[in-house]
Amino acid sequence: MSLIEARNVHKSFGQTPALRGASIAVGQGEILAIMGPSGSGKSTLLHCLAGIFAPDAGEVWFDGGRLDTLDEAARTKLRRTAFGFVFQFGQLVPELTAADNVALPLLLNRVRRRAAYKTAQTWLDKLGLGDKGGRRTGELSGGEAQRVAVARALALAPKLIFADEPTGSLDSLTGEKVMDLLVALAREQGATVVIVTHDARVAAYADRMVMVRDGLVSFDLGTAQAQATAPRHAVADSASAAKAAN
Amino acid sequence: MRDVYTESIFAGVSVPLTLLGLLEREPSHGYDLKRDYDAFFGRGKQLPFGQVYATLGRLARDGKVVAGEAEPGDGPDRKRYAITDTGRTEVDGWLADPVEPEPHLQTLLFAKVTLALMLGKPADEYLDRQRAAHLSRMQELTQLKRTGPLVDVLLADHALFHLEADLRWIDLASARLTELAEAVRKS
Repeated sequence: MSLIEARNVHKSFGQTPALRGASIAVGQGEILAIMGPSGSGKSTLLHCLAGIFAPDAGEVWFDGGRLDTLDEAARTKLRRTAFGFVFQFGQLVPELTAADNVALPLLLNRVRRRAAYKTAQTWLDKLGLGDKGGRRTGELSGGEAQRVAVARALALAPKLIFADEPTGSLDSLTGEKVMDLLVALAREQGATVVIVTHDARVAAYADRMVMVRDGLVSFDLGTAQAQATAPRHAVADSASAAKAAN
Repeated sequence: MRDVYTESIFAGVSVPLTLLGLLEREPSHGYDLKRDYDAFFGRGKQLPFGQVYATLGRLARDGKVVAGEAEPGDGPDRKRYAITDTGRTEVDGWLADPVEPEPHLQTLLFAKVTLALMLGKPADEYLDRQRAAHLSRMQELTQLKRTGPLVDVLLADHALFHLEADLRWIDLASARLTELAEAVRKS
């Protein structure tokens, strides 16, 4: 059973369509990479799945319930309690310390201050930043700041983590370390991860990869991989069956 | 320098399969096949006439082409060759099967994409299958990096960067398919 699912989602910005009926289902504990060229709609799809954008048409389901029909307040609550986010530039508060940034979502969820900071320190330790808790995030390196963002995303023990180009601003080695930690810790927590990236080396960390083209999920590696190894007549049969079904 | 480069990048193209693919368009003389091979796949290294006729002879022996009666005219061989069903099946299989994802295989992919477009076959689907094969290999290498010793990590890094370069070429080729199709059909 899928944890989150988009069904025939459409989304336009003014006259420009970004999604034209995108559908995708992500299973519990699965790590999915959404790839695609610039402007393909992959980030819009992530934002619709996360309830940041409301689709113009179609449905988004999370944990057995409709997400797209929730009002803004309910979606915000869901984002605070069930989802974690890692964006390209971290979106940390630069004036606050690393510990403050990680503790912030916990405090917003009414976790007691002492417990919030204890949890924050635990996650900073896990991400190799145990001695950086008191540093302002604006003073940290790009890789350190992004690890703080990963700690913040995981601190609430979310069911689902959304990562939009999580290593886009990092060099190869630092990006690799961030991905290693994100994937290992998410697996440890049993969290589902949806990663949007144009970088195939980042996508290769995922269990499954899909391509978004022209606002549609046009290519699923799982399916294509099966086809690539299947006997050709079987591929032809499945293509005929799909055509017949349509 | 250019010859060295083109010779190296085209070293992996299969002459028999490429000639078979060209014959799937229409029955042709050896001369026409050599001209088209040189134009699309030779890139500075011409296919010798001797190799063309030797290859056609082997293809005929294996039942993949049939040679017509000798026609009057100049030159050593004025037979028109036509592809058989066996040959057509071989071309279709070759085009559809992803190439083993190894670095430096653009040349073979180039030949497949060009021939697929010439023959009006679904080049976009072939590229998707190749993309899947590449991404799958990258997943394996990434997993190996996470569990293997540092020496293996370095080797995997090398392979991953080359596979990534192939993928970028696949993406660009996909984006240019419409233009490419027009270009090869006009020729």
